[in-house]
Amino acid sequence: MGKTLYEKVYDAHVVFQKEGELPTIYIDRHLVHEVTSPQAFAGIEQAGRRLRRPDLTLATMDHDISTKSLELSACSPMAQQQIKALMENTKKFGVTLYPIGSANQGIVHIVGPQTGFTLPGTTLVCGDSHTATHGAFGALAFGIGTSQVEHVMATQTLKQGRLKTMKIECTGRLGKGVYAKDLILAIIGRLTTAGGTGYAVEFCGEAVEHLSMEGRMTLSNMAIEFGAPVGMIAPDDVTFDYIKGRLYAPKGRDFEEAVAYWRTLKSDPDAHFDAVVTIDASAIEPQLTWGTNPGQECGISGTVPAPESFSDPVVRKSCADALAYIDLKPGQKLAGTPIDLVFIGSCTNGRIEDFRAAAAVLKGRKVAPGVTALAVPGSMWVKEQAEREGLDQIFKDAGFEWRLPGCSMCLAMNDDRAPAGKRVASTSNRNFVGRQGKGSRTHLMSPASAAACAVTGTLTDVRAFL
Amino acid sequence: MQKFTVHEGVAVPLDSANIDTDQIIPKQFLLAVSRKGFGVHLFHDWRYLDDAETKPNPEFNLNKPEYAGATILVARDNFGNGSSREHAPWALTDYGFRAVIAPSFANIFNNNALGNGLVTVKLTEHEVDQIFQVLTAHPGTKIKVSLEDMTVDCADLHFTFSLDPFIRHCLLNGLDSIALTLEHGAEISAFEDRMPAWERAVH
Repeated sequence: MGKTLYEKVYDAHVVFQKEGELPTIYIDRHLVHEVTSPQAFAGIEQAGRRLRRPDLTLATMDHDISTKSLELSACSPMAQQQIKALMENTKKFGVTLYPIGSANQGIVHIVGPQTGFTLPGTTLVCGDSHTATHGAFGALAFGIGTSQVEHVMATQTLKQGRLKTMKIECTGRLGKGVYAKDLILAIIGRLTTAGGTGYAVEFCGEAVEHLSMEGRMTLSNMAIEFGAPVGMIAPDDVTFDYIKGRLYAPKGRDFEEAVAYWRTLKSDPDAHFDAVVTIDASAIEPQLTWGTNPGQECGISGTVPAPESFSDPVVRKSCADALAYIDLKPGQKLAGTPIDLVFIGSCTNGRIEDFRAAAAVLKGRKVAPGVTALAVPGSMWVKEQAEREGLDQIFKDAGFEWRLPGCSMCLAMNDDRAPAGKRVASTSNRNFVGRQGKGSRTHLMSPASAAACAVTGTLTDVRAFL
Repeated sequence: MQKFTVHEGVAVPLDSANIDTDQIIPKQFLLAVSRKGFGVHLFHDWRYLDDAETKPNPEFNLNKPEYAGATILVARDNFGNGSSREHAPWALTDYGFRAVIAPSFANIFNNNALGNGLVTVKLTEHEVDQIFQVLTAHPGTKIKVSLEDMTVDCADLHFTFSLDPFIRHCLLNGLDSIALTLEHGAEISAFEDRMPAWERAVH
C-alpha cells in the first residue's frame, strides 16, 4: 500500500526505534523565540550540555516586543529581561538571532518561510503551536513545549509517535472576496475545535492547488485550531518558485536535487487515510467567528445560534458561555454588529498578500469614526515591502496605525491590548476568552473582511467593497 | 521528572469543555524566565476578582474550602487546547496537581503534561460524566489514580485507562528523556551522515 505525504516525511526521519519505545525522529530545523526558550536554555546550561546543531537553529523575537518602537526600553521590564535572555543565550550557544530592527526580524512563522529556512520534506519544530504553518511547504512541522525545545537543542531529535492521518479535500475554487482564511475557518467550523486532535492533516484539492504560497500558509497555520498539530500541503511548482533564491534555500545543484526529491512528496494514489473530509470551497462565503473558540463560526450572512440548537449538553453549555462573554443574542444577525477595534496582522495573516488584500479595500476609504485600527506587518521584510508598494500610505490615509512587526494584539503579550468590553475584528487565529485583552471580544476573519469592518465600523460582508 | 506510581487526592471538577491554555495560565505570566512559581497564577482570570490576585473568586471551585489541597483535576473534552505554552502544566503541577482526568486532551498539552510528571487520564465521556456526578453530590471526594494498575477509583466507580507504554515507563521511573536519547548519539550522527546535502545544513 502507498504512503501519505505525512508518512513519507515521517518515515524518512526515524533515527531509531527500540522495542516498546516511541520512534525517535530527526529534527532538521528549529525555530526559537523569546517566550518558550529561556527555561530550555537554562536546562541545557544546568546540565552542562551544549546545542547539538546550533547551525540548524534560528531565533528571533516576536511575542512580547513593542510594535511602536525599536528601543528595548519600550518593552515592559519583564519583557526586556526575556528578550535580553534570548540575546545572551543565542550568543552563548552560537545560534543565529535576528534581533529587533534587523531586516529578517519578525514573527517566527513568517521569518522561517521568508528566509528559505522552511523547506519541503524537512521536519521543523518551534515552541509555538502555530508551527503547523510550515506544513504548507510539505514540511512535517509542529509545535512543542519547552521541555521538548530543550530535547531538540540537546539531541536534534524528538520522541514522536505516528499520528493518524486525515485528508481534507477542498473542491472547487474560492469565490471573489473569499480567501484562505475563510476556507480554514469554514473547515474548523465543520470539524469543531477538537475534530483534528491526534491527526496529521493534509489539505488538498483544486482550491488548495490554486492558493498562493502565502494563502497555503494561512490554511496550515490554523490546523491546530481544530486540534490537528500538523497541517501539510504537497509541494508543487508554486512552492519551489517561492523557495528558489531565498537566503537559506539550497543553491545550484543542491536545489535541483532537492526539487527532484520534493516532487515525490505527495500522497500515493492508494495511500490510506484514517479520515477523509470533503468541503466545497466554491460554496463558502466570507466567514467569521461568533463565539470564543475558532470552531464557533459561520458565514457573514449567518445568525448567532441558540444554545438549545445543540443536542450535546457540553456543546450547549459552551455556546451559552460563549454568548454571555461575547455579548451576542441567539438569532441576531452578525452583519451590522458594531465593532471598536480592527487588528490586521499575526502569523496567520501578517504577510504581504494580506496587506495587499486589505489595502485594496481601504484605498480611498476611511476608518469609521470611533474605531481604532492597527496594521502590524508580520516581519520587517513585510513592512518594508509594503512600504515599497505604497501600501503603508493607504493604511495611514485610511486612519490605520502602521506599526512595527511582532505578534502584537494576536495574544496581547506586549502593550497592544484590546480593552475590556471592546469588540475586535481580527485577522489572528484565536478568539479565546481574554486572548486579545481581558474582557475583550474577538471576531476572527480575513484581512479584507477586517478592512471592510474598519470602514463601516460594523461586522461587514467585504464582497460589497470589491 | 517527578515519579508517578499511585496517587490519591481530592478531586476538583471544572465543568467546561475546551479549557484552553490561555485560561490555564494567561499570557501576562509567560514573561517569566524560570519554570517555577506559576501555581499562584493558575486559572488567574477565573480564580481572582482582581488583577493583583488579592481577591479570590468565591464562586470558583479551586477557592472553595471543600476542594482545598486538590491534586486531581476533572474536566470535559479537549482540555489544554490552544497555545503550546508549557507554562500550563508548570502552573498545574506548581499548584499541586498530579493528574488531570478528561475525555480528551489536546496533543501538545498532553505531551507537555506527561513530560512534567502530570498524568493525563483519558476516560470516556460517560465515565467522566459519572465522576462529575459523584464530585457534585459529594464535594471533596478523593480519587485514586494508579499508573501501576492503570486504574482510576472514585467512590464506587472503578475505571481503567491506557497510556503509551514508554511514556508510562518514564513516569513510573521518573526518567530524564534527554539523557536517554543522548545514549544514542552514535545513531544520530550516523543518521546525519546519511542526509542529503540540501537537508543536512542551512545554506
